[in-house]
Amino acid sequence: MAYLQLQGIEKFFGEHHAIKGIDLTIEQGEFMVFVGPSGCGKSTLLRLIAGLERIDHGQLHLQQREITHLASSQRDLAMVFQSYALYPHMSVFENMSFALKLAKVDANTIQQKVQRAADILNLGAYLQRTPRELSGGQRQRVAIGRAIVREPKVFLFDEPLSNLDAALRGQTRVEIAKLHRELGATTIYVTHDQVEAMTLADRVVVLRDGVIEQVGTPLNLYDRPANQFVAQFIGTPPMNLWPSQQLPAGVIQHGPPAAQQGAMGLRAEHVSVTAMGQGQLSGTVELVEALGAETLIYVNSDLGQLLVARQNERSELRPGQPVSVQLDLSRAHWFDAKGLAVTA
Amino acid sequence: MHDPTLIRQNLMQWLRTLVAWLVALLLFFPLGWLLLTAFKTELQAIAVPPEWLFAPTLENFHEVQERSDYLLYAKNSVITSVVSTLLGMLIATPAAYAMAFFKGKHTKDILMWMLSTKMMPAVGALVPVYVLAQKSHLLDTQLALIIVFTLSNLPIMVWMLFSQFKDIPHEILEAARMDGAGLWQEWRMVLLPLAMGGLASTGLLCLVLSWNEAFWSLNLTAAKGGTLATLIASYSSPEGLFWAKLSAASLMAIAPIVVFGWFSQKQLVQGLTFGAVK
Repeated sequence: MAYLQLQGIEKFFGEHHAIKGIDLTIEQGEFMVFVGPSGCGKSTLLRLIAGLERIDHGQLHLQQREITHLASSQRDLAMVFQSYALYPHMSVFENMSFALKLAKVDANTIQQKVQRAADILNLGAYLQRTPRELSGGQRQRVAIGRAIVREPKVFLFDEPLSNLDAALRGQTRVEIAKLHRELGATTIYVTHDQVEAMTLADRVVVLRDGVIEQVGTPLNLYDRPANQFVAQFIGTPPMNLWPSQQLPAGVIQHGPPAAQQGAMGLRAEHVSVTAMGQGQLSGTVELVEALGAETLIYVNSDLGQLLVARQNERSELRPGQPVSVQLDLSRAHWFDAKGLAVTA
Repeated sequence: MHDPTLIRQNLMQWLRTLVAWLVALLLFFPLGWLLLTAFKTELQAIAVPPEWLFAPTLENFHEVQERSDYLLYAKNSVITSVVSTLLGMLIATPAAYAMAFFKGKHTKDILMWMLSTKMMPAVGALVPVYVLAQKSHLLDTQLALIIVFTLSNLPIMVWMLFSQFKDIPHEILEAARMDGAGLWQEWRMVLLPLAMGGLASTGLLCLVLSWNEAFWSLNLTAAKGGTLATLIASYSSPEGLFWAKLSAASLMAIAPIVVFGWFSQKQLVQGLTFGAVK
């Protein structure tokens, strides 16, 4: 049974059609991540679910109850904002207990619940401080604590880590994953960072221009992208993509007929740089990125395109050096003229 | 020892202090003069060259209270300025809230239009307002002034509150909504505490403006509904100028608001410079 169900959700901002009919089902306890380039509508979709924006068309059901036009305050959802949005005039304790106070929960229960959340988030020592006396990471934890204390039906996260520095971001990401494991709460998480999407999500929703491009588990998206956009959006570096016409006949014959007018994609790990004359393509080295555990080699191919190969060994190659490129065609992704995936 | 940049810095410091004093004295001079004159006799007040040393007298204050009912005017001033300020806040706060947090296509235009009404000289509306007051039997009443003060201060109040609300991040109010706060709770527990400084300074400014307002008080009221401004004006009478008594009356008129302003100047300054520095 669907826990949270979106049916034909649409949103207009004046003339701009921001969300163009979203159908989506989220199960209880699921960690769902909305990901997409900026302006794709992922935050808008979250705000529509939160009730912070009006839904123009479509229906929203939570546990079979329609909440399409219910006020935010009555939806029983909690949200963690990108800017944290803590109440600056309240202490950490007051921030975390605000929702319970509004719900007229008795003081003892409030005390217990806040204390428990503070223990989980290591905020025990800061309960009497005001937000301005806290570091960015601590504020972030208070914002999460404010959501936990309420035990809402769904947690909504709007790019919660984007204001943190890289180290703290990684650490908080792990904490959020752990928290979700412990609480088992249904979560919708918006991010433009695909590492967050891949590491946190049970399922990922890839959005573009207000439309869902694909929904699936992280590895499913990585291994079986439904179209060129998802193929290139998921994964770093982005998947190599060649228009079919540019490919040598020896390569294109491996593809399905539908892909003859389309394109072929290959992940960087399925492309390798070899000695001259051994691969299907040739080119010159443009750049070598030595990341330690792995090395990314960017090659300007003779087909007039920059491609990237990933290898686990270090490389002695220098920019400008001529190389040959080996493609593992058994791992190739094929796309038709419309950019949709077709199987070989 | 004689570091040239240090000397220059010192010089600049001196210069700035000097200019600050000059400006302050310039601003204070009329008030200081008023203060001195209020304690002189009428003869001393018009003496040329002015007398700087004299035996102060309370005669003028005594006479002002004898000749006109200071307390009645003071009461009118208090009632009209306080009530119009409260009424104005009651209208301006929701208006500014709507404009700051639920911006529409024409919000900016409405704000500009509201402000533009302040650009018209008040005398331009004198005849219609006077006739309206007369037809509704409101001439020489506190109510007439309350209505006029409220309306004429509204644009400023909405603007001040708007600029203060604008600086409150939307997300904080949205967070309150997500936390289960209804509109009234959102206002009472989040918006108003956050905007307290701004609300106070807006209220204070309007109180001062209403208190000092003279044009409408003089034109719409007289002996019954008149404010302290009309009291002062009554001393620049056709019978001749009584500088000392005029000064005494002025001093009595402005004293309450000056004392009040003195104690609330922190709030006032904060409100007037709100948004200028983050």
